[in-house]
Amino acid sequence: MKKGFHMLSLIGATALFLLFSITGGAAASDLAPFAEQEGALRVAGGTAHIPVMKEAAKQIIQSNPKIQISIAGGGSGLGIKQAGEGLIDIGNAGRKPTDEEISKYDLKLFKWAIDGVGAVVHPENSVKSLSSVQLQDIYSEKISNWKELGGTDRQINLYTRDEASGTRKVFWKKALSKGEISAKANVVISNGAMKTAVAGDPFAIGYISVGHMDPSVTPIALDGVAPNLDTVRSGEYKVARGLYSLSKGEPSGLAKLFLDFIFSPSGQKIVAEKGFIPVR
Amino acid sequence: MNRPHSFTEYIFLTAAVCSGLLTAAVFIFLFIFSLPLLQNGQLTDLLLSSWAPDKGMYGIYPMLSTSLTLACLSLAISFPVSLGCSFVITALAPARLRRFLLSMVRLMTGIPTVVYSFAALFLLVPFMRNILGQGSGMCILTAAPVLALLIAPTMIIFFVGSFEKVPRSSTLAVDALGGSEIQKLLYVMIPLAWPGILNGLLLGFGRAMGDTMISLMLAGNSASPLNSLTQSARSLTSHIALVMAFDFDSMEFKSIFVCGLVLYIFTAILMLLLRMSTLCFSGKR
Repeated sequence: MKKGFHMLSLIGATALFLLFSITGGAAASDLAPFAEQEGALRVAGGTAHIPVMKEAAKQIIQSNPKIQISIAGGGSGLGIKQAGEGLIDIGNAGRKPTDEEISKYDLKLFKWAIDGVGAVVHPENSVKSLSSVQLQDIYSEKISNWKELGGTDRQINLYTRDEASGTRKVFWKKALSKGEISAKANVVISNGAMKTAVAGDPFAIGYISVGHMDPSVTPIALDGVAPNLDTVRSGEYKVARGLYSLSKGEPSGLAKLFLDFIFSPSGQKIVAEKGFIPVR
Repeated sequence: MNRPHSFTEYIFLTAAVCSGLLTAAVFIFLFIFSLPLLQNGQLTDLLLSSWAPDKGMYGIYPMLSTSLTLACLSLAISFPVSLGCSFVITALAPARLRRFLLSMVRLMTGIPTVVYSFAALFLLVPFMRNILGQGSGMCILTAAPVLALLIAPTMIIFFVGSFEKVPRSSTLAVDALGGSEIQKLLYVMIPLAWPGILNGLLLGFGRAMGDTMISLMLAGNSASPLNSLTQSARSLTSHIALVMAFDFDSMEFKSIFVCGLVLYIFTAILMLLLRMSTLCFSGKR
């Protein structure tokens, strides 16, 4: 379903372009290398990366309609695996691949943004801030009612990501200090699905990439520090990670051009616009 | 059977043999990949323990019980509704309405399951959350009616087909005796169409066991053992979808071949039952 959606939105983005022929914000010089190119590029993996990937792909396709770029989700685990097996050209991961994975698949890593992962609740929830210990207790079910945290007398609905998710790994390691995540938690399969689930459930708690946060969910301040661009950039908010793109061996052809574009001023501008912290 | 003698017949024969072999090949593929797990005598462990990869437990019991519960519950909802629908379509409704209803049902078979789940995610899930007063609204009780909606058209079409095969002489005899439509259905048509009804039932069950999208989007996917129908749960099929992203060498990934094998064997047993029941009933007459 996820894949279908992203394909759909990609088609939608292209269709929009054809209708209005918007001239993108990218400097022409950054897109110049794509001028003589044609072919297809397959990108999949981490779901936090998708907004940036989609915008980059849109600008590239606008500059040269002969290039096809497909962007799918699937999670960091899938991104690492499929890039390593050569099934896709670029795999995305919201965590650093393990040394074992890097050596086994001969992966080359490209870290193009810094991103935070923050706990989120429904905007109507009166609980807006938690301590690390409270968060750990919530996820291990020691605290199971919002009343214990000063909220309404309703059971806390836990949401988590599938085990192959990089967002889950980072949140588990840095926000929960590798504490238990209850097996009773609902499991959703992307950052987007998490946002939809929490935005629709007044008694939910979940966690998403800071770049994906918008007014439909309320970020929870952890130990008094709210997860946002400024606190992640300054290092004050600790639950942060790099966003990586991976290729099997040195990237070549379109994959190389695509990665170069992400690192170009236009690409890094997209990164910042989508709510992440550029590396350059 | 006659030996095939024309070129066309050879082509059809090859196609039939190939598709038969493919089905067998899928089984062999699943079996070979689950062999390392089966050889270690872990099969009972896998079937009966729960899923906690952090603690080295890769059991699929919670998923197996969820799949079975979900399939049975949706069948229990869908069967009476489908039977009623097929009554209306075959006998009770005026002719024009019958054709309209049947084409609606045919249309329903073509709706992708993701459409059902998507609509239910925004309509049924919040409703269930309010009614239950606790939890996220994603549970077996939410997924079952949607699954019932999914399998109903398959069953209705099967039922209607088997009602239409009831010999006209029998139904005319009831009319001649002054029996009502209801009496005709209950005492003549159902007993005569019974094998077809059973077939439709098993086919519906198979579809309910095999569907992924509805349980993945609506049942909540929690891997904890099933205690109540209002709790978040994960079916075998969603489990496979969720664990697919793991590294090929990981134990998590290997264990989903066993899931696949279990699903395959379950469906195979069902189909076998179906064939046997059909043979059995037709043998009697």
